[in-house]
Amino acid sequence: MPRQRHRPKLAVWKFASCDGCQLTLLDCEDELLLMSELFEIAYFLEASSAVVRGPYDLSLVEGSITTPEEVERIHAIRRQSRILVAMGACATAGGIQAVRNFADVEDMKRVVYASPEYVRTLEHSLPASAYVPVDFELPGCPPSKAQVLEFLTAFLQGRRPSIPTHSVCIDCKRQGVVCVMVAEGIPCLGPVTRTGCDALCPRYRRGCYGCFGPMESPNTESLSAWFLVRSGLAPQQLVPLYRSFNAAAPAFVEASQRSADPIGVQQATESPWTQAVNERESANGEP
Amino acid sequence: MPEAVVVEASQLANLLAALQARKYRVIGPTVRDGAIIYDDLTTVSDLPVGWTDEQEAGEYRLRRRDDGAYFGYAVGPYAWKRFLHPSPFTLWRARRTPDGVIVELTDAEPSRFAFLGVRPCDLAAIGILDRVLRDGPYVDPSYRDRRDHVFIVTVQCANFSPSTCFCVSMGTGPRAENGFDLALTELLDPGSHRFLVEIGSERGAEILRELAHRPASASDWETATRLVHKTAARMGRQLEVRGLPEALLANLEHHRWDHVAARCLTCGNCTMVCPTCFCFSVEDRSDLTGSVIERVRTADVCFTTAFTYTAGKSLRQSARSRYRQWLTHKLATWVTQFGTFGCVGCGRCITWCPVGIDITEEAAAISGLTRKDERP
Ligand code: SF4
Ligand code: SF4
Ligand code: SF4
Ligand code: SF4
Ligand code: SF4
Repeated sequence: MPRQRHRPKLAVWKFASCDGCQLTLLDCEDELLLMSELFEIAYFLEASSAVVRGPYDLSLVEGSITTPEEVERIHAIRRQSRILVAMGACATAGGIQAVRNFADVEDMKRVVYASPEYVRTLEHSLPASAYVPVDFELPGCPPSKAQVLEFLTAFLQGRRPSIPTHSVCIDCKRQGVVCVMVAEGIPCLGPVTRTGCDALCPRYRRGCYGCFGPMESPNTESLSAWFLVRSGLAPQQLVPLYRSFNAAAPAFVEASQRSADPIGVQQATESPWTQAVNERESANGEP
Repeated sequence: MPEAVVVEASQLANLLAALQARKYRVIGPTVRDGAIIYDDLTTVSDLPVGWTDEQEAGEYRLRRRDDGAYFGYAVGPYAWKRFLHPSPFTLWRARRTPDGVIVELTDAEPSRFAFLGVRPCDLAAIGILDRVLRDGPYVDPSYRDRRDHVFIVTVQCANFSPSTCFCVSMGTGPRAENGFDLALTELLDPGSHRFLVEIGSERGAEILRELAHRPASASDWETATRLVHKTAARMGRQLEVRGLPEALLANLEHHRWDHVAARCLTCGNCTMVCPTCFCFSVEDRSDLTGSVIERVRTADVCFTTAFTYTAGKSLRQSARSRYRQWLTHKLATWVTQFGTFGCVGCGRCITWCPVGIDITEEAAAISGLTRKDERP
């Protein structure tokens, strides 16, 4: 065992979310007991009702910020936390609930709730980083157990966590998967999505849904144009593709808006490379 | 012409059995998830009998064929480096114990492979990896220990349409002259399904003695040569390689780099499928308490920002600089570094690029060189 030192105080906070990220923590079955020895679990209501007051060495934040009360609470948590980590698609990119960012929230309230006047909500569902400085982000819906453990291990050892930001494709290839897009024509967001899931969906012969949000240099414009020209998707089908778990991630916002906007679509189909693809195909005598 | 014999197609089972009897782990083509890939073979029925592929930039389709060809397809997504240079790969493991730290070597007994169905381009690619990882000044022991034992059965390219291939331009195919233990050419005549078998080594000759065979006739040779010529004539891509390194390096600011960068997803698929890309990163992984540490090597590619992360910054930020690194390494700087091209013309990067970027098209546009292969 390493030398005894002060046990860091860990707090896990919930905002607008489904609790799936906290379940990922609880799902670390083999390591859970050890974690409770290495950390002082000061606040984690999903696991224990015992509460220890702050300040905290490490705060893990789940969920997006959607109400005025939540804005106050995330500021209070930030003030009490040495390191604040946003965990999961909601806390890092607004979550699935951020689809409302693209509509009128008052209209939505009227459709969903019998007495909308009781619902106090912000216009947008946003990540923690929209309101407070965030020290590290663990993406994913839900985040990967391996990445969460790597982060906690690195935190304990005082080193940089090794959590890659490249495409899903690289891990898809490392896993020996046959690309569903190339071999079956299934649209896949893997090339613009950040790795973390070990290419779970392609391993089950499905296209990537983008759970882990945008990768480090997402070229959604090129991928969208390919979806339109080669996968035969209509522009309106691209919009929900980008507006899911990470709807408020800037790169996906831009991608979905481009597809929702007729001018953007026209630009994509007229872009020089789309023409290059078309020309090559007519040269090959293909449709 | 090397020494050659003819065996009936039914002898393939005996070939497999002879390799298995020598405790080889036999890897060869098999159909999985909509493609012909290389994986462990147990019986001849694992081979892709009656299957072929159709390939284009960004597109691969598995198709039925109406003859009983065993090897009537071009290369699939995964090359042999997957077995010779595996990823992820644990280099060593260390444990903290009451008596101190114990270091365990994790690669004590690497598999002895027999590769069945190595295409000429892939054989050339193994030769390139040899130069980089085994025969140069820096030897990778895990590569050497696998490579030194591997038994290679090449299959000369015949009976399929090589649409994204350009081995003729690279001088690596569609026929291999040496570097194999045995080389098969599949002869599919009406009423006669047989293989012309060329013998490339003493080990190969020894295995062959266990198969029923007869000497190759002039007409067997003639058929085999005609089939391989036909493949060469149908080559779907070409690349002018004379003067190519110089022409590319003289055009590092060509506007075409911006054009291709606008399309490139920096996803890394091209390098992952390339049979010669060997880059890796090494990382120490530990458990929560730090009592077990593993040093792990994983395949890495020059399309990630982490690849050039140095002193707090990634040196290749733009897609343009990353694509340029890939293309110029394959077709220009590899030559200065290792004395050959880093490309064998297998076409994998063209087929498996999710947006169909074609290295031959880009290289021609940037270098200004074009080529028309003579059709034999
Ligand atoms: S299946 Fe998707 S994630 Fe995998 S390589 Fe293809 S595009 Fe990338
Ligand atoms: S660069 Fe492309 S064509 Fe050349 S060897 Fe690599 S994958 Fe094959
Ligand atoms: S092209 Fe890139 S990944 Fe391939 S060997 Fe060169 S630097 Fe490595
Ligand atoms: S590139 Fe040449 S050697 Fe390789 S599969 Fe195609 S035809 Fe065969
Ligand atoms: S060239 Fe194609 S496969 Fe390679 S990184 Fe760019 S988009 Fe990906």
